[in-house]
Amino acid sequence: MKELLSGNSAIARGAYESGITVGAGYPGTPSTEILENFAKYPDVYAQWSPNEKVALEVGAGASIAGARVLVTMKHVGVNVAADPLFTLAYTGVSGGLILVSADDPGMHSSQNEQDNRYYALMNKIPCLEPCDSQEAKDMVALGLEISEQFDTPVLLRVTTRVSHSQSFVEIKEPSPRDLRPYAKDPLKYVMVPAHGRLRRVFLEERMARLKEYSENSPLNFIEWKDTNIGIITSGISYDYVQEVLPQASILKLGLTNPLPENLIKQFAAGVDKLFVIEELEPFLEAQIKAMSIKVIGKELFPSYGEFSSALIANSLAKAGIDVAEEFQIKDQAGKEAAATAEPLPGRPPVLCAGCPHRAVFYTLKRQKLVVSGDIGCYTLGSLSPLSAIDTCICMGASVGAALGMEKANPEMGRKTVAVIGDSTFMHSGITGLMDVVYNGGTSTVLILDNRTTAMTGHQENPGTGSTLMGKPAPQVDLEGIVRAVGVKRVRIVDPSNLKELDQAIKEEVAALEPSVIIVRQPCVLLKGTVISEPVEVDNDLCINCGVCLNLGCPAISRQEDTVSVSAIQCRGCGLCIQVCNKKALKKRGEQNA
Amino acid sequence: MLKPVNILLVGVGGQGTILATRILAKAAQDAGYDIKVSEIKGMSQRGGSVVTQVRLGQRVYSPLIAEGNADVILAFEKMEALRWLPYLKDGGSIIVNDQAIAPVPVLSGAAVYPEDCLERVMKLAPNTIVVDALNVALQCGNPKVINVVLVGLLAKKLSIDKELWLNALKTRVPEKFIDVNMKAFAEGYNL
Repeated sequence: MKELLSGNSAIARGAYESGITVGAGYPGTPSTEILENFAKYPDVYAQWSPNEKVALEVGAGASIAGARVLVTMKHVGVNVAADPLFTLAYTGVSGGLILVSADDPGMHSSQNEQDNRYYALMNKIPCLEPCDSQEAKDMVALGLEISEQFDTPVLLRVTTRVSHSQSFVEIKEPSPRDLRPYAKDPLKYVMVPAHGRLRRVFLEERMARLKEYSENSPLNFIEWKDTNIGIITSGISYDYVQEVLPQASILKLGLTNPLPENLIKQFAAGVDKLFVIEELEPFLEAQIKAMSIKVIGKELFPSYGEFSSALIANSLAKAGIDVAEEFQIKDQAGKEAAATAEPLPGRPPVLCAGCPHRAVFYTLKRQKLVVSGDIGCYTLGSLSPLSAIDTCICMGASVGAALGMEKANPEMGRKTVAVIGDSTFMHSGITGLMDVVYNGGTSTVLILDNRTTAMTGHQENPGTGSTLMGKPAPQVDLEGIVRAVGVKRVRIVDPSNLKELDQAIKEEVAALEPSVIIVRQPCVLLKGTVISEPVEVDNDLCINCGVCLNLGCPAISRQEDTVSVSAIQCRGCGLCIQVCNKKALKKRGEQNA
Repeated sequence: MLKPVNILLVGVGGQGTILATRILAKAAQDAGYDIKVSEIKGMSQRGGSVVTQVRLGQRVYSPLIAEGNADVILAFEKMEALRWLPYLKDGGSIIVNDQAIAPVPVLSGAAVYPEDCLERVMKLAPNTIVVDALNVALQCGNPKVINVVLVGLLAKKLSIDKELWLNALKTRVPEKFIDVNMKAFAEGYNL
């Protein structure tokens, strides 16, 4: 039976079919749906961990205990998990272990564009790159075999376009899932220096065997056609190349670490002109050039951004290569001109109507504070008109960065706050806060506690009271954690009261010791959140001053003489009522306050 | 080999493009096509623009449609129709829902919504079909079925049997909403 599945759903299906019984990860676009889908299959265990490092450690333990394992994360998550990964490469596995790294060329929803194939190179572990959903599923099954045969974790590296595109997948029945028996083996699993040195040699032997495997693997194959042009490619670029150059010979690499040197040499010798077409970094190209093979790559195709058939066609056309008819440059000038006659207003993402974070950023901006930001929905507080965030680096960075600002410039520290979401705080903000206390910082940290992992679509976390499998769970006591690391000034504020919030921030920023404000209100999109009556405008009182527009609420718009509030969009949070100086806004059915 | 048929669905988060895509994909699957669908999610839930690319054919490689190669653009919002116009093939059709959804820069007064976007689209795309899908949906009894009204219009542009569309609707729409959606599809199909 064939089903139309996204790459992420196909990976989950592949995990189920090939006997993976334990899955762990941390949500992050474009990887999130893999584990969400996997958790729905019968007789499997899946969990969100507080961060990617823990997820991979859970995976390592499950593998050592004999299970086949899936660990998922976005590309930057692998940075967090890199510590266990580098040594897991030494210990190897018992049950097969697949680590999915979902990279994001084009940075659709990421802070950087790193090419995680280099992790495979650096760790000396196999790297698999699927081009579509069927391959994504097949590579889980084959990856597990490689993992167990060669005693290694396997990196399954997908990209946004593979994760979020749908294509047909052949569905099979799941295979039996017996645990491998556990055997105590300190030489393999206790990585003290003496044992590590032994495994270091094993790493080289394993790579040599993997290289041989790579030469004959069904994942690496040549499609001979016209030999004037040869293309070496991997991942989604393979699909583009087939469209743009239907007559060219192709060497398609599915196992891209280690590379099949002999196969590459054989292919290079059989074609007149050789190109490497790969998204992001010259990962294949640099290694192929090191084989003394003449090849054209990044001088023609960019090493940043997302590829497409059109981009590849345009680059090839510049080099005088004939491309398929539909990709030859067309005269779209008229349509382009119409669409860009004057720049069309963009449609940036925005904090939702009724979002509890809005009050925080409105207040921080008004108090002219330096805001050390973090990763989540609330990063949208950086956009106009709120424009209230000064930095955003990585998960958890807000707290440490605020301390650094203070240490470099105490005066700046007097007006600096860190903002971090509840899930992000548990991911990697706690250690930063410990640092603030330990090293005598006076920062104010605002934990924006909306009771969920909102940006990626409401995943459970240790604070939500339930698990990925839908089971009830103990809730982390944020206030208790904050006190336990030594913060004495801790308060919980409801952001729907703007005055109270304003006052709390003023007082805590003024305090000469570390302080934490837990700004607590559930995400407005969360099931069960109470939606109150929408706000209405009294046109007689509204002077169209625009103060409420500074909130950047998508429900409020400027009309000719007044503002208007969309009754469909408004969630009745009442924030605009609080900022209006003319008392022109009120809840439907209520008198003016 | 027949070239794939390229369909671009453009709109704003929350307009129901994803369900429309699911109905289209099911009908095309039952008609025996190879299909690729590309949906970039992420920020779309927060009011960003949403673009879904659907390609049908004997064999489809890339999930992406190149500029100037869309056979049909189904635009759920009229400024998005103008934004994506360069993707339309010469002689291609564009179906536009005559609805304006102002983005935040417009709401706050920082930018101006181009009032003439329909005219600009029609001037360059002779096969423009404009429909007030919200009005049609309201007549059917539910403003949310805008997407299925548009799917009805799209159905006439593609060589997939009507029966397969109706079956796709039945399998992809929650049971209690089937009647209103069937009505919406019929209205769109017969426009």
